[in-house]
Amino acid sequence: MKLQRIFAIIERDMRKFFRSPALMMSSMIFPLMQLIVLGYAFGGKIKGLKIAVVDEDHTAESRNVEQRFYAIAAGPATMQIEDYPSVSDAVTDLRTGFVRAVVYIPADFSRRVDQGNRPRIAFIEDNTDNFVASELLTRMQSLVQDLNQGLNPFQPGQRLTMPTPRLDPLIDLQVVEVYPYIEYIKYLLAGSIAMSVFIVAMIGGGITFIDDKSRGLHEGYLVTPIKKSELILGLIFSGAIKGLMAGTTITIIGGLIAGIDRLWDPVRLIYLAIVLGTTSVAMISFMFLLMVRVSDPLVPRAIFGVLNTLLYFPSGAIYPVEGFPHWLRWISYIDPFTYAVHALKGLLLKNAGFTAIYSDIFILVGFSIVLVSLSVAFFRRQI
Amino acid sequence: MNTTETNAIEVIQLKKQFGDFVAVKGVSFTVHTGEIFGLLGPNGAGKTTLIRMMTTLTPPTSGKAVVGGHDVVTDADGVRHSIGVIPQAMTSDPELTARENMSIHAKLYGLTRAQRDELIPQLIESVGLTEFADKLVGSFSGGMRRRLEIARGLVHSPKILFLDEPTTGLDPVSRTAVWEMINKLKETANLTILLTTHYMDEADRLCDRIAIVDHGVLVALDTPTKLKDSVPGTDIVEAEFENPPANWNATLEKLDGVTSVTVQDGVVHLASDRGPVTVGVLMDMARERHVNVRRVSVQGTTLDDVFLYYTGRQLRDAASETVKRDMSHLYK
Repeated sequence: MKLQRIFAIIERDMRKFFRSPALMMSSMIFPLMQLIVLGYAFGGKIKGLKIAVVDEDHTAESRNVEQRFYAIAAGPATMQIEDYPSVSDAVTDLRTGFVRAVVYIPADFSRRVDQGNRPRIAFIEDNTDNFVASELLTRMQSLVQDLNQGLNPFQPGQRLTMPTPRLDPLIDLQVVEVYPYIEYIKYLLAGSIAMSVFIVAMIGGGITFIDDKSRGLHEGYLVTPIKKSELILGLIFSGAIKGLMAGTTITIIGGLIAGIDRLWDPVRLIYLAIVLGTTSVAMISFMFLLMVRVSDPLVPRAIFGVLNTLLYFPSGAIYPVEGFPHWLRWISYIDPFTYAVHALKGLLLKNAGFTAIYSDIFILVGFSIVLVSLSVAFFRRQI
Repeated sequence: MNTTETNAIEVIQLKKQFGDFVAVKGVSFTVHTGEIFGLLGPNGAGKTTLIRMMTTLTPPTSGKAVVGGHDVVTDADGVRHSIGVIPQAMTSDPELTARENMSIHAKLYGLTRAQRDELIPQLIESVGLTEFADKLVGSFSGGMRRRLEIARGLVHSPKILFLDEPTTGLDPVSRTAVWEMINKLKETANLTILLTTHYMDEADRLCDRIAIVDHGVLVALDTPTKLKDSVPGTDIVEAEFENPPANWNATLEKLDGVTSVTVQDGVVHLASDRGPVTVGVLMDMARERHVNVRRVSVQGTTLDDVFLYYTGRQLRDAASETVKRDMSHLYK
């Protein structure tokens, strides 16, 4: 064994390492970024949940209750309050995901408060997201507890005037969970499906594309009369077909493993295919734009982990977006994963119809159009 | 443009600059319809850049090139339809079969199914790959792959074929096979071929006319024979003698055609501008003086000599100079 030879190999590898910015970046920035993104993507204080409040009582008493919701919205900002005229409207929006919970103050609320006859507030919640559901429930319970402080039968001065002790004057919070209990594996499924599409986009749109480019295979196509828009659309649609195939496979296998109810519902399957198709196009065009000027085969491999962290975790796949700090929310707004995950959760966990997913599809399609146009603009037809 | 009837390619003051490096410094030449035209020069001479400008892959910095009657800048699509290009890097898809490679290329040129069904098997046959037509290209040898790429470049029946260093990296047997193919193509009516090479023997064997390119400049352009004739006194007669008399070398210097005499390891080298004539008089003189000739040979002018004459360097020296910007297969 010769030390010099070992040193020669070490020198070679070190020289290569320091000359490859992509590898340097991924080995140093990736762990830091993962720390920051994951650190803030898990367990943040959940904020800005849209709550529908339906007040059918229209009295000072009920407005007092509503005031307390507004106080939470203004203070800890856990909620954003939307006034709804009727319970049915509110519940429809709950099922399609526009609001996360409905607070219903029935018409007889103030009368019952006056009578000390078990006044009730109904709390109807979308329990597909356990983090959101438990945060909201905690807020609701403390709110009702505060209200009951004022009605406490054992408060001095009130005690003797209590008319009928057999009646309970305390406000009763009636919690309605709209869906059966959602296990975390079901909650995660949407993210995993989106991830499978992302991996196909990464391999097909990133690694294979750059490898073909650096092997010179593209030169063989560039000498033909093909237009750059034709070449790009061809590459994007082939990637999208592969993404759709992977996504469908994971939807079915994952759906069976997680135990999604009525997995074979044909209408839902069609909606799922639409979501997976648009997601695939969006992700592959996103990847394509990132790679349009890259020629080093190491780059897509090196940034794989970075992209994965940057797109998957802020998407709301593992923890609700409402728990993120502002900068992380902004990432989630421009992340195609977010819309894919939202639509897939709507379909898989709630079996919500088209109204629950059309805005996601609209955004994904718009996103794709912008990205493809940019790719065509930046792609170099010439060498 | 009526000159295109006889001229397949016209290049006028074509120039390409990458940053402050000028790869092609204003080159002009004309390729006649039906000829095999060779661009000969060492690596880094600007051959690939020239071919890329003519095939619309790289925009020229200045100057003009008209290929098949179409301007490479203003009518790039017209050029692309009339040319077949076999780039220097192997560009066939290794994950596809030979037939699939051909078929996809044919579709990019808009060939109908009937045309494809007729042409593709013919072309595969013509490059001797019929029994490998449905094998993955990844399993092919370099020579097979190159032959397939030549067939692929012909799938849309182009008028002009560009071959960028078609035999670089191939073993001698594969090189010969590719040469035979190119010679066969020459017999195909009206196909003009432009090829680049840094092999002298290749240019000599294949080309009707040769342009010598060095450092981005065209230094000579003519038929191989005329190029060789233009180099004075470079036939070399080598001879070995058993019992040369004392003033033998001085006698040899006076022989017909001889310009100089040098002796190396007992072997006499006679530079002559008429090699065969010199051999004749040398043999007569040796018989007359009773000198035994152990060995005699005559070496004609080669393109190596031509290259040396025009560039002042051996081709192999030029090739081993530090090569700048030869990014043959990476996009910038």
